[in-house]
Amino acid sequence: METFIAIYIFMLAAFTGLEVISKVPAILHTPLMSGSNFIHGVVLVGAIIALGMAETNLEKTIGFFGVFLASGNAVGGYVVTERMLEMFKSKKENE
Amino acid sequence: MSSVETIIQSIYVVAAVLFIVGLKRMSSPTTARTGIIWAGIGMLMATIATFFYPGVENFVLIAVAILLGTVIAGYTAKKVGMTEMPEMIALYNGMGGGAAAAIAAVELFKDHHLSISVATLALIGGIIGSISFTGSLIAFGKLQGMIKGTFRFKGQHQINLVLLLGSVVLSALVVAGFDANATLVIMVFVIALILGIAMTMPIGGGDMAVIISLYNALTGLAVGFEGYVLQNYSMIIAGTVVGAAGTLLTQLMAKAMNKTLISVLFPFGETAQVSGGEAEGEMKPIEAGDAGIMMAFAQKVIIIPGYGMAVAQAQQKVWELSQLLIGKGVDVKFAIHPVAGRMPGHMNVLLAEAGVPYELIFDEDEINQEFKSCDVALVIGANDVVNPIARTDPSSEIYGMPILNADYASNVIVVKRGQGTGFSGIENVLFFLDNTRMLYGDGQAVATDLVNSIKEL
Repeated sequence: METFIAIYIFMLAAFTGLEVISKVPAILHTPLMSGSNFIHGVVLVGAIIALGMAETNLEKTIGFFGVFLASGNAVGGYVVTERMLEMFKSKKENE
Repeated sequence: MSSVETIIQSIYVVAAVLFIVGLKRMSSPTTARTGIIWAGIGMLMATIATFFYPGVENFVLIAVAILLGTVIAGYTAKKVGMTEMPEMIALYNGMGGGAAAAIAAVELFKDHHLSISVATLALIGGIIGSISFTGSLIAFGKLQGMIKGTFRFKGQHQINLVLLLGSVVLSALVVAGFDANATLVIMVFVIALILGIAMTMPIGGGDMAVIISLYNALTGLAVGFEGYVLQNYSMIIAGTVVGAAGTLLTQLMAKAMNKTLISVLFPFGETAQVSGGEAEGEMKPIEAGDAGIMMAFAQKVIIIPGYGMAVAQAQQKVWELSQLLIGKGVDVKFAIHPVAGRMPGHMNVLLAEAGVPYELIFDEDEINQEFKSCDVALVIGANDVVNPIARTDPSSEIYGMPILNADYASNVIVVKRGQGTGFSGIENVLFFLDNTRMLYGDGQAVATDLVNSIKEL
């Protein structure tokens, strides 16, 4: 049954993704791609769990690598997106 | 479920909501900036909560890894110029893919017995994540100019297909329990990592935006699958939402560039084919002084910036030029082609950084009618997106691509470094028209000359 719940979640999340982005103007394509890049940075949560439960040295090494990469994804993705979207703010406030 | 677990799971739910709301807000210009902050809060909450996850240890290792990743990525992300954003997105996206693959590897190496569905999704996510990891790194290297050229040879798609099938077959063996000492698992990952490189090497710089967007969607998918492996619903939701949104975004980008995803992924021929390139007439040069006068006395000037302008760091000067013209009563507008810059929307960011206000910037649909009533179209650093051959010559590679109708303007001034062809290698018919004048030179130097010539009037 768990598996089916997961399938439903996959399905609903996929529709949500399509819906959320369907009306985006071209000027936001790059920032939005960057923003979605940040959001899959949630892989950090999984990487922490994987490393946190790692036992052998091999598991720990790979897990360490995973947490390092995942935090790079999340932090880099956030900063880059924020910098790009900053442009949109300054424009509005100049008006 | 213990009370700690209940709290952690509740935080994950809130984080998932924040991700979706954040993404939604990022898809509209007025709310975009708050969108990333919402998503950021969600990420922070989920990350902190995970430290209290039952069974999680190795805190020192975790802290050091996070610190390293944060410092390196945070520093590079702050330092890099706006022109290089696309490759930085590729880099960070690749890291996410690598992280998903690492999770898969740790889970598969562990002694505990995985159910068939868990092992299968771990492997699929691991393969996808690995492809996204090395593929994105190659894309980064190509956009940075560290890897030059396209590497194409006969039968390479077949080889890639064999690699993919190989990893699938090996995965099936792993799931079926033939893997006593994890050798097969290692082979699956090695093949997938090679496949990511092999898939990306033949793809040209012009198509990189589409490929990066595709890898972004793939990383999302990989994260979703590993979320299933770890029974972590926030990963499943966030990953799948990004996977779906990213796929749609990839299609939108490919469409804006007049390509299909298939044609980008499977480029044929050893070099890009050039066809329909013979233009008649000759290019007529113009001096900056004359060009400045022409624009200063015009009623309406439309500026068409391309990536060449950004490379020359000329956007500030171009905006200064525009302000001078506006001061003289000229109606100045910016026309942005969907693929100006390196990705759709990239040019808008670059112009915004230079201070050009929103309401002067127009999309191709909004402004294409206006070229007929425009005195001067200033093309700076753009090439293929103003090539009228896209309208007229069915044999051309860019036939059918929506273009900006610069050729309809009374006068066209093209700022260009030299006489060569553009990114696609196609001769630009616009440059040879009677109403076109070529203003040769580096974008920034030319823009400075134009500013000075108008100031002297």
